Formats: sequence, C-alpha cells, structure tokens
Amino acid sequence: MQNIVERLLKGDRRALARMMTLIESEAPVAHRYLAELHRSAGRAHIVGVTGSPGAGKSTLVTRLVRELRRQDCKVGVVAIDPTSPFTGGAILGDRIRMMELSGDPNVFIRSMASRGNLGGLASSTRDVVRAMDAAGYDPIIIETVGTGQAEVEVMRTAQTVLVVSAPGMGDDIQAIKAGILEIADIFVVSKADRPGADQTVAELRMMLTLGSNRRKAAWAIPVLKTSVPNNEGIEKVIEAIQQHREYLTTSGMLLQRAQRQARSELQALVLHTVLNTLNAKVSEDEWDALVEDVATRERDPYSIADELEARIGLR
Amino acid sequence: MSTTDARPIRVLVAKPGLDGHDRGAKVIARALRDAGMEVIYTGIRQTPEMIVEAAIQEDVDAILMSILSGAHMAIFPKVIDLLKQNEVDDVLVAAGGILPDEDIPAIKAMGIKGCFGPGTSTDEIIRFVRENVQVDRLTVEV
Repeated sequence: MQNIVERLLKGDRRALARMMTLIESEAPVAHRYLAELHRSAGRAHIVGVTGSPGAGKSTLVTRLVRELRRQDCKVGVVAIDPTSPFTGGAILGDRIRMMELSGDPNVFIRSMASRGNLGGLASSTRDVVRAMDAAGYDPIIIETVGTGQAEVEVMRTAQTVLVVSAPGMGDDIQAIKAGILEIADIFVVSKADRPGADQTVAELRMMLTLGSNRRKAAWAIPVLKTSVPNNEGIEKVIEAIQQHREYLTTSGMLLQRAQRQARSELQALVLHTVLNTLNAKVSEDEWDALVEDVATRERDPYSIADELEARIGLR
Repeated sequence: MSTTDARPIRVLVAKPGLDGHDRGAKVIARALRDAGMEVIYTGIRQTPEMIVEAAIQEDVDAILMSILSGAHMAIFPKVIDLLKQNEVDDVLVAAGGILPDEDIPAIKAMGIKGCFGPGTSTDEIIRFVRENVQVDRLTVEV
C-alpha cells in the first residue's frame, strides 16, 4: 500500500477519509502525517457557517455548495453536530439536508461529533480541515453545531464567517447580540419568504450602525437575505464570500488571521501535551483522591496544582 | 504498530428505495446513539451510489440499511458491488425492514452479515454491531 499521505495528496478520497479518522481519534501518528500535510495546505478558502439551531445552516451550505459546483469548484464540507454528554453517542444528521450533493465525487462531506468540545466545533476540526485543504478541496465550508452565545471558536479556524439568522426570532437577535454576532463577516437572514425577514434585516443593520466595530471601516459587513423556495440570494452570498476573500488578501488581514490562528494552535498543542504528560503520571485513583480532598475542603487546589506542576518539571 | 484507545463506533444508517417510512430507521439511529455510537443518518430515498459514497467519506465502521418496499434484491447487490469496486472491504453491512424469509440466505450470501425483521429488539442490533465491527478498525492501526 502506498503511503497514506501520498495517496491523500493525489486526491484519493479513501485516504483522506481514513486520515480524518486518525486525526479525530488522536492517533499518535496523526501529528506526523499532519506535519507532512501542513506544507501542502493553506490554499483553500475556509468559510465558517454558524447560527442557532434551526436557523438554516445546513440548507444554506447545501445551496452554496450547489452554486460552487456550478463554478466548477472542488468543495469540502465539515459539519459538526453535538455529542451526547451522557452516552458519548451522537446523531449526525447534516447529510439529510445535503442529500442532493451526495454521489458527486467533487464534493466531500464529513460529519463530525463535537466529542465534548464546547466551542461549536470538535477539537480536531482544524486538523480535519487541514487534511481536506491538502487534498485540494477549495473552498472548505465548516458548519458549526447550532450555537447560542459564546461558541465563537469557528473564527479561529475559518477565514470568512457567515452568521445565519432566521426571521421571527427577534428576541434571539437580542440574546446573541454580544455573542456570535460579533464574529460575523457576513450576515445571512434565511427563510426570507417568511414574514418578519425584513425586520430581522433592519435590526441587524441597526445593530451594525450602533456598535463601534473596528472592522467596520475597512469591511462593510453585508446583511443578505436568502430564500430556498424562491431560489433567491445564494449568488449574492457567494459574491460576498469572494469579496471578503479579496478584502482579506489585499488588506493583509489574511496573513494577520493566519498568524493569530497559528499562535492559538501552538498554545493549544503545548497545553494538550502538558495535560497528557500529567495524566500519564497521575493515576485515576490518585486523581480521585486529590479531587475528593479539594471537594471536602481537606486541601486547597492551589497547593495541589503546585505539586502536580513540580511532578512534570514545571517548578 | 501503535494503537489508541477505542474511539466511538461510526455507523451509517441509510434508507434506500422509494418508500418514505423511516420511523424504524430513526428508532435504530437513536438506540445506537444511546449506546455511545456516532450515527450518520442520511434520510430517505438513498441510491446505492449515495450510500457507498457516504460510507467512504464518513469512513464508517458499519452500514445499516432499512428497506420496506420490497426492492431489497435489486438494491443490496448494487451496494455490495459498489463497495467492492471501491475496495471497501472492512465495513460491516447489515439490513433491516421487510425481508421475506426465503430471501435471507441470498442476502447473507452477498456478504450482508445481519438481517433484522420486525420485532427485533434494539439491544439485539446494538450487540450485533458491537460484536461484528472489525476490531482493527476501532483501534487505529499504523
């Protein structure tokens, strides 16, 4: 068998799929493969799509992909759904709405369970996207879990973030005003054939004029309406995504975002190793005893942390 | 060779054929989720091509197909052929729905390991999947 990395770089779909499994499972060899892939990645435009549950994310993604296929792009989709906190299981249902796309070998859809990560993505989403990028998919669309207020992790992986809102959820806009609305590069008001769409658009525009958004001057955040039954608005969204890409490139923001992402990635990698090192030295029984001591106020967490840090050579 | 801890089993639950009755498939999907598996549910009216492409992209450990329309003897061989064409040889395939007794030997001869008719308990299906998925797919090997 040829090396999995070589096969992936040649566009072999099974090699890509297996690589994603290795990455998701945190197989020890995955980092070595990813290191090889890193050089070939970085070409794809990475687009995040986020919004509350039922806002219309999957439907929007499906339409975007269909339009991008018309432009002959080889499109990747990573769709994340939540893992049950009780059983560890998950139902990954994003493919249901993307049915019309399946069977097309130039569309690669991968469903991921969040596996306990709370930021709207799975912890390995960034690396899964990197593998897709190296395999030649461009653009790559990340669909987050249905989000509430604080799931802003997608901005650390995507270059262009779409926030989707459905009409008739006016209070919803209020509720998320300080949360994910801040990370939008493009607003999409879905289900525009339903009553209240214009009001939602107006509220979003109003909000944009109120805040002192640092990015506002350089990039005017568009608010776009889409309607699937009326087949409206998708081309405009694609145009806006492409314009945003242009803006990122010419303004130097693309590099700046890449650097910010690289910094947070490096820190996350080191933190991860520190935690693994610690867990290798502290048995489950010892953890239980330490945790109990803190919970019963027998001991304080700070001195225990000092001791644990000393054990892995940090003190 | 190195291995990692067992990861969740990934299962594709697919509904081929033209009947739209997917309550049974949804019950199975839910039960497998509650058993700690990651279930990719594709919805109704899937063609064999769609099922196999989804199984490849999602790198699933098992494919469970539910069919009530009577088209199983037309659809199952196509799915099996497409899997072979794509050199997918390490995925467990099982079937459920309305499968007449006289067809079961032929279905099993295709390489479909489990056949589950009406009245099967979800526990039985969970156990079947756990016992029959290829173990070396679950511990990631290099």
